[in-house]
Amino acid sequence: MILIIKICKDSLHDPEFVKPIEDVLKRNNIDFNTVHYREITEDSFENIDRIIISGTSLKDNKFLEDLELFNWIKECKKPILGICGGMHILGLMFNGELMKISEIGLTDVFIEKKYLEIQGKKQEYDLHNFFVKSDDFEVFGTSKSCAQATKHKQKPFYGVLFHPEVRSKDLIVNFTKL
Amino acid sequence: MKCAVLFSGGKDSVYATYIAKKSGHKISCLISIFSENPESYMFHTPSITKVEKQAEAMKTPLLIQKTKGEKEKELKDLKSAIKKAIEKYKIEAVVTGAVESAYQASRVQKICNDLDIECFNPLWQKNQLELLKDLIKNNFEIVITGVFAYPLDESWLGKKIDGDFIERIKELYEKYEINIAGEGGETESFVLNCPLFEREIVIADKEISGKNNSWKMEIEVR
Repeated sequence: MILIIKICKDSLHDPEFVKPIEDVLKRNNIDFNTVHYREITEDSFENIDRIIISGTSLKDNKFLEDLELFNWIKECKKPILGICGGMHILGLMFNGELMKISEIGLTDVFIEKKYLEIQGKKQEYDLHNFFVKSDDFEVFGTSKSCAQATKHKQKPFYGVLFHPEVRSKDLIVNFTKL
Repeated sequence: MKCAVLFSGGKDSVYATYIAKKSGHKISCLISIFSENPESYMFHTPSITKVEKQAEAMKTPLLIQKTKGEKEKELKDLKSAIKKAIEKYKIEAVVTGAVESAYQASRVQKICNDLDIECFNPLWQKNQLELLKDLIKNNFEIVITGVFAYPLDESWLGKKIDGDFIERIKELYEKYEINIAGEGGETESFVLNCPLFEREIVIADKEISGKNNSWKMEIEVR
């Protein structure tokens, strides 16, 4: 069972940033639960074996004010995939620093080393004003501006800055099969 | 939040308006771009002059912006329309009916980012079949006003989107890879009635033109 953690401040962003991830899982007959980060309890993790943290809109940075609500990540043993804002959160939990870089729209991404079974050059959909730099993460893929695909050096935590639910749905499915 | 909807009068922008309103946002105005370029990259052109009747039926102000429809000029005109909506209606967000086109969606995202307002795309990546079924379930009455791909022909013009339409277009999708909801520009539509309208819009007259697999139905409505 996958736990999708949504980070959108406004529920009108759920159909844009959460539902497309849910649809990928549904189409592949993968069970999931979705919960907002503010509503996470210990029970949320029951029977969960992997976690996906969604992204949100360019102007929505509310989650950055609530980082203490993500401290559970530091002790988490389950694989986590953080998408865009979700990637920011992962990096910030491990001594990361947010830096201002905007990429909006289709972006050339080069995945140098095999990453969740994906490799090579591909156009991905980006929608961010920041990226996160953390020395605890290894970089597997980049755009011309910044890191796009990273993995924690010790833990099964994956961060992608692009939105795989738009152009690389396989990456999400591959994560669920880890 | 006070929102402006990028409004073409077709099923996607009207449905996006419906979802935004249902989720508690205020629709402060509709923005329609009248492109003189029928091949516009950004804007849906058939029947766009009829959006005035839809705006009336929704009792919502309509902000009209004309554009010559040259690629980058279109975007400047769109930005200037959104700026006007910020000044006149104090909008804090733009809502679009973008489903698949990364080109359209990211252009609007960039403009909203520059103007420091929110951007909502509630139909983004939505499954095409699910979209058509949702429209029927929510009592949207939609007519096809343009077809632009093989094997669609004149006979599709004026058809309503209903269960029978879905079955026929699904068959074509399986055989010819026609996009079911017309997001790739295969079809254009016009909404005659939906829960946002205080009255139904009626087709008073129509004029059909085209050839082969590219047909348009210009309608007069009342």
